Amino acid sequence: MLLFIEQVLNGLQLGFMLFLLSAGLTLVFGVMNLINLAHGSFYMVGAYVAATVMLATGSFTLALLLALLSAALCGLLVEIIVLRHLYQRDHLDQVLATFGLILFFNETTRMIWGRQPLFMDVPEAFAGSVEILPGVPYPLYRLLIIGIGLLVAGGLYLLISHTRLGMRIRAGASNRSMVAALGVNIRWLYSLVFALGALLAGFAGVMAAPVFAVESGMGESILILTFVVIVIGGIGSVKGALLGALLVGLVDTLGRAFLPDLLQWLFATPTANSIAASLASMAIYLLMAVILAFKPRGLFPA
Amino acid sequence: MFELNRKTIILSIALLALVLLPPLSIALDESYVISSMSRVLIFAMAAISLDLIVGYGAMISFGHAAFVGLGAYTAAILGFHFHEDIAMFSFPFEFSGSNQLLISLLLAMLVAAVVAAITGMICLRTHGIHFIMITLAFAQMLYYLFISLDYYGGEDGLVMLARNELPWVDLADDSQFYYLCLLFLVAYLVLSLRLVNSQFGRVVRGCKINEQRMQALGFNTYWYRLVAYVIAATGAALAGALLANKTEFVDPGLFSWHLSGELLVMVILGGMGSIYGAVIGAIVYLLLEQIFAAYTEHWMFFLGPVLILVVIRARHGIYGLLQKWWTANV
Repeated sequence: MLLFIEQVLNGLQLGFMLFLLSAGLTLVFGVMNLINLAHGSFYMVGAYVAATVMLATGSFTLALLLALLSAALCGLLVEIIVLRHLYQRDHLDQVLATFGLILFFNETTRMIWGRQPLFMDVPEAFAGSVEILPGVPYPLYRLLIIGIGLLVAGGLYLLISHTRLGMRIRAGASNRSMVAALGVNIRWLYSLVFALGALLAGFAGVMAAPVFAVESGMGESILILTFVVIVIGGIGSVKGALLGALLVGLVDTLGRAFLPDLLQWLFATPTANSIAASLASMAIYLLMAVILAFKPRGLFPA
Repeated sequence: MFELNRKTIILSIALLALVLLPPLSIALDESYVISSMSRVLIFAMAAISLDLIVGYGAMISFGHAAFVGLGAYTAAILGFHFHEDIAMFSFPFEFSGSNQLLISLLLAMLVAAVVAAITGMICLRTHGIHFIMITLAFAQMLYYLFISLDYYGGEDGLVMLARNELPWVDLADDSQFYYLCLLFLVAYLVLSLRLVNSQFGRVVRGCKINEQRMQALGFNTYWYRLVAYVIAATGAALAGALLANKTEFVDPGLFSWHLSGELLVMVILGGMGSIYGAVIGAIVYLLLEQIFAAYTEHWMFFLGPVLILVVIRARHGIYGLLQKWWTANV
């Protein structure tokens, strides 16, 4: 039971990290109708900058600030130089161009930081662990990720449904030319939304840096998960992204933790372990296939 | 049909160049070119099969590499059982693999067709980006499945002890293998051109433009699209089985979304919906990759921006540019 609680928390932590990434991706898709495969690259930029600044100065605050800034700046530049030309194109062109961006970003980080992965320590202030229940210690840093995820979810909700900017974003999603005709500078609105998405991805990168290895190509493995999340949740819906992210985080973590034990009741240990490993990796894709088979537009179609 | 215009002249020159490549490269003492061009031809075949559904059916599959992988693994596993002389199954008859090329190719296509029919039934319920993502999901599932198959090498992949055999042809010889690939490619290209211009092909193309109207005309568009999906999968499996023979090695990386992405890039770069474009795209993409790789270790740094430029500037790919040129002043 204690193990179960711990694993649920791990699942929530993965889920909230995925939410930081998928919120930006789903906003960009919902508002601009753009598929951005290079979203994982901003995550990677955030992680690299944070790890480097942390190594050089030792200050987590500075690392966080610079990482967020550089991720948002990258997003802004990419939007202005490349993606702006692609809003009116079909999804296939967008997939190709952003695939090109992935190659570019991965190789650039390899040229700057080399092939060896970087490692970043957990900032000292959050290094310890707390006892969430008597006898169940849990790393503080992972709790912090969950807390920040909750804060961002709340912040996004306020931003989108209770501010003037959010109103414009929602309006831009439903009718671009109408909003432009009403005197809103839709170009800058799009750039702003894109930069916001990149910033959230960079934030996820900073949070992930002490947990995973920081290496070139780290964006793609998580990007696929992120796409699974937004497809399950319903593309364009931030609420769907939150639910989808938590679902994927929990299913993936709990599957990896408990499938081997479950299958051992049925098979001999080595067979059970090998089947469980592949089933656990497949679990989220199975989940997605089942959900799409019954709800072809996701749980909360926007 | 065979008028002497710029199109036929260019196509004939291209074919001639491909036919003359092995003797020329041996004469120039650069015979490694033959082997790497075989790979290009095989990928061209896979790209054509993807173009059939992406360019003509508006089914943007982001998991097409899965069928390449299935084809490759089928050939490799058949070869493995043959060389180790272990029965694959003993009921209803004993079968311990095969090293005959034709059997490998047929079984590879069959396996892919069955998997495509099952997954396609689910995938085709969705449209647009959801279709992109669900095909990706199935490819990922197969990727993890083959990683977990420890018996067949798991993550490390499976080595084929020797290429398959075919009567009168020595597949171990790189030139002969090259010509076999070229033959398959030309045959597949002609078949695909006929397919897209057949009545079946016209219905599938109609679905791309307006599926509801095709339904109103009385076509069961779901089945037409499913059959097209299965046909494309068998083409990819054919390419996969040849690829396994070429490299004599398979690994789960063949199922990776990276390869699916690259196949899509080939199709779009060449110009989708033109069959020829897929071949051009495969040749140009793989050659660019090799040229950049010869000059710098960081070839992706240059390839990425080139791709972006192509998307923004040349909207119908390389074939679109060519087409503009040969229809401009004939």
